[in-house]
Amino acid sequence: MSNKTKNLCSLALALVIVGFIACSYYMTDKTSMIRTVLQLGAIYALAACSMNLLNGVTGLFSLGQAGFMAVGAYVFAVFTIPVSKKAGVYYLYGVADWLKNIELSPFIAMILGGLVAAFLAYLIGIPVLRLKSDYFAIATLGFAEIVRILVASSLFNKITNGSLGLNSIPKFTKVFGLPSYFTPFIVVAICITIIMLVVRSTYGRAFKAIREDEIAAEAMGINLAKHKRMSFIISSFFAGVSGALLVQYLGATTPTTFPIAMTYNILLIVVIGGMGSMTGSIISAFLVTAAKEWWLRFLDVEHYIGGFHIPLMRTGFRMVVFSVILMIVVLFWRRGIMGNKEFSWDGIYNFFTGKNKKKKAKAEAAEGGALNE
Amino acid sequence: MDFTSFLSYCLAGISVGSIYALIAIGYTMVYGILRLINFAHGDVFMMSAYFMIFAMGVMPWYLSMIVVIIATIVLGVLIEKAAYKPLRTAPRMSIMISAIGVSYFLQNFATYLFSALPKAYPSIPVLNKTIKFGEVSTSLVTFITPILTIIAVFILMFIIKKTKVGMAMRAVSKDFETAQLMGIKINDVISITFVIGCFLAALGSILYFTPRPSVYPLVGSLPGLKCFIAAVFGGIGSIPGAVVGGFLIGLSETFIKAAGYSEFSDVFTFIILVIVLMFRPTGLFGEKMSEKV
Amino acid sequence: MKKISILLVLVMVFSIFAVGCGGGGGEDTDVVAGIDVEGTTIKIGVFEPTTGENGGGGIQEVLGIRYANSLYPTVDINGTTYDIQLVEVDNQSDKTAAVTAAQSLVSQGVVTVLGSYGSGVSIAAGPTFAEAGVPAIGCSCTNPQVTLGNDFYFRACFLDPFQGTVMANYAIDAGYTKAAVISQNGDDYSTGLAGFFKQAYTDLGGEIVADETYQTNESDFNAILTTVKASGAEVIFVPSSIATATLILPQITANGIDAQVLASDTWENAAIISEDAVGAVFSTFFDEKDESNAIAKEFVDGFKVFLNSDAQYLTWNAGTDTVAAVSALGYDTYMAAYHALEALDGTDIEVVNSVAIRDALVNVQFDGVTGAIAFDENGDAIKDTAYLKTVTEDSVATKEFSFVKTQSVAEL
Repeated sequence: MSNKTKNLCSLALALVIVGFIACSYYMTDKTSMIRTVLQLGAIYALAACSMNLLNGVTGLFSLGQAGFMAVGAYVFAVFTIPVSKKAGVYYLYGVADWLKNIELSPFIAMILGGLVAAFLAYLIGIPVLRLKSDYFAIATLGFAEIVRILVASSLFNKITNGSLGLNSIPKFTKVFGLPSYFTPFIVVAICITIIMLVVRSTYGRAFKAIREDEIAAEAMGINLAKHKRMSFIISSFFAGVSGALLVQYLGATTPTTFPIAMTYNILLIVVIGGMGSMTGSIISAFLVTAAKEWWLRFLDVEHYIGGFHIPLMRTGFRMVVFSVILMIVVLFWRRGIMGNKEFSWDGIYNFFTGKNKKKKAKAEAAEGGALNE
Repeated sequence: MDFTSFLSYCLAGISVGSIYALIAIGYTMVYGILRLINFAHGDVFMMSAYFMIFAMGVMPWYLSMIVVIIATIVLGVLIEKAAYKPLRTAPRMSIMISAIGVSYFLQNFATYLFSALPKAYPSIPVLNKTIKFGEVSTSLVTFITPILTIIAVFILMFIIKKTKVGMAMRAVSKDFETAQLMGIKINDVISITFVIGCFLAALGSILYFTPRPSVYPLVGSLPGLKCFIAAVFGGIGSIPGAVVGGFLIGLSETFIKAAGYSEFSDVFTFIILVIVLMFRPTGLFGEKMSEKV
Repeated sequence: MKKISILLVLVMVFSIFAVGCGGGGGEDTDVVAGIDVEGTTIKIGVFEPTTGENGGGGIQEVLGIRYANSLYPTVDINGTTYDIQLVEVDNQSDKTAAVTAAQSLVSQGVVTVLGSYGSGVSIAAGPTFAEAGVPAIGCSCTNPQVTLGNDFYFRACFLDPFQGTVMANYAIDAGYTKAAVISQNGDDYSTGLAGFFKQAYTDLGGEIVADETYQTNESDFNAILTTVKASGAEVIFVPSSIATATLILPQITANGIDAQVLASDTWENAAIISEDAVGAVFSTFFDEKDESNAIAKEFVDGFKVFLNSDAQYLTWNAGTDTVAAVSALGYDTYMAAYHALEALDGTDIEVVNSVAIRDALVNVQFDGVTGAIAFDENGDAIKDTAYLKTVTEDSVATKEFSFVKTQSVAEL
């Protein structure tokens, strides 16, 4: 395939995606489920990409995602709750004096959320990044729990409202004069573009080298500590932004909005999409969200065909089926949708024409995935 | 703090710590051999409690115990065969996700079958006797638990150090492939590991739920996490490490609560963990990781 | 250098946003149109947790709603007979899932929503319902934030400030001056209620001698209880989930604590009844044995038959046919919606619309199982009575609570 065709194809695909999102707004009414799934899917896509940068690209197995998201979310929430509504939100403990008259613009607050998360990552990274594999995982998991407990603790009652959580958080605001519905997509698109640029830069290649073999990477002159720290900080920044987006989508948050299960969920999206593949993470974020929140909902309801009561289907069945599907995907499609490859036109082209048979046989799982999506 | 309270705290810490230790052994053994954090272990523990509820409905307690232990072992081995074995050559992350998947499945399945309402755990009269030490009152099971834990550890150490199976396990945990080349049946060794892990989970479940007689689908998640931390604390892969880790975590969180910081007990636990890992990056008793070039 | 420049670019891109768009942050201000009923089926959403931490109580509420629906399956509005269809959705006791669950209800065209058990999920889903113009009626979400500032959220139960005050008063009246409070860290229901209790209790001259918290899904309370015991508390207030209640009660006994245990509405569930629970007092929404309330009596009798009609229902109801207060509230919320629909009969509306139902709800007044129900300007049911119940030795055999007394605001 020539470069020109590829570019054309990419352009067409981009147009189709933009068109699809536009259609999802203009063709559906406000209450449509597709809107929810797309918005939530986009937010999870960003969360998954940021986790993927650390876990998939750099090979640092972190379980602290929910913690960084919580930081971003809380920073955003604390600084954007309208001044007029603060008394109502902090109805039990009252609000800290310095906070009383602060109300930032959502976009500044979002960046601030990301920056605070990134700064925390820098601090935590000093001790934690020295740990290896699973010890790093458990230390980051511990960090996420610490964040959750501190946010809920009475120490910060006047800031985070403790266990009572925050509400009246502003929903998405307009960007570029477009309806606020598009805001998450635009923010997520920008963020993911930046992540992808980072992955394709020299830094990204250094990250991948660290993933493949730390010692060899070090021998090649890569500064391990510096690159690991960078990856950790960048990933946390975007985790924070995704948390801020999520809290805008939800409009309310409590410490329990960000449990360990949240980290697992995102990890699951990353693995289903393929470790190290950003496009894979994006695709699987939408698929997992749609399946869990939308397509499988009917399983929770008791159904009758004529007079026949379909067995098994009752509340709770959806999650059972969801976990079974998850297991099947992991067991039989172990490299995920995209493997560790990115989406490429060559992959699709080769799949259809059967060219590069040898190469294809080698990367069967990944290319097969590309077609199916 | 007067002496009575101090004694009570010690008892509380030791009793919860010894159960952490029992379950942490399951984590640590599986990790030692498969390099897998078995996220489903806490939920196996939970299922074991449900088995007990149903077993006690139809038979006396001593029979139920045997049935429950067998059922838990069958469940654990089934999980291994269905969810972990097919992934032996897959990237480590996939197996981990598979473990998370199993954990999800067990929780959801339990909710589906038994509803999310707590069920009362049957009382085993022998274990539930209340005994008094002056002001301090506690149930017999509080005493039995640490003793059983220590006995279990000695038996395990014996198996691992002195028997052929134990030797095979050590070989497998040192080097998977070489062990295979030496004629060790990897699958058998892994199954035995799961049998031992689940046996201890079942035992732990009986001892844990007797003084805390309520079972619901999410009941295994927090103890599961704590035990996992205990295993890491002691150096994941090391059995004495897991036991020491379990006791330390149990005691430290109890005394942090005693000091009036119940809100932050888990925060301190994690901070202690990170500090320990700072100075000993592979936990208290963990083996030094060799860097392969 | 390059690293810094990347970061700079990053921040720049975002700042452009901030400057360019931060100012124009107005929401799209379309008037809430609500949802119209299509055909002759009125869909009522049931927004309850049936899995997760609060799954047990949530499903009992669903049972009450289902029972009410089985009694009143149709409504006549302006000469048309509409079938009322329940659309159930599981919010998983999880705030993120709650919003999508709410959205899925709205997308299925429900015109009223009933639920939820647990305030956190209701607070999270509130804006979704308000934006869609669908009224929601909370069953047992007692946190003030649920209805505050949300014109579309109503509720059938009393509020935490009231409940906390009632329990504090009970403790003081009974002569207990030293209280220990145990609440769940990170849980808005438990912490909120504990906060109101502490406020009222100290205002009344009591002293809080221990204030302990525990983590979600915690099952070992020995350390906390040792502290409580050492503090010399005469009364322990434990607002908690049912699961925690069943765990903490035996441990209170095992630790040899003989202080009075007080709790809140969640404890009104047959699952907690055991030898260890004997003596515990909690406040709740209704008394099933109250002979003076004919509606309640009728409901209790009918509901028991309903429960016994299906083995699955009994499993969901902790294996007994004792009527949980939340089931009664579920029934009442359904009836509130039903009365609102009936009120539309005779008005000049062409199609039944969710906003019209909301407007009707504001004026709904009827005698429910849990007492007379009418909503105030916040959308909260005007309820001034809490029923205090306890567990006695007899309860253990009958699996039923015994009634202590009623306490109303006027007496406070």
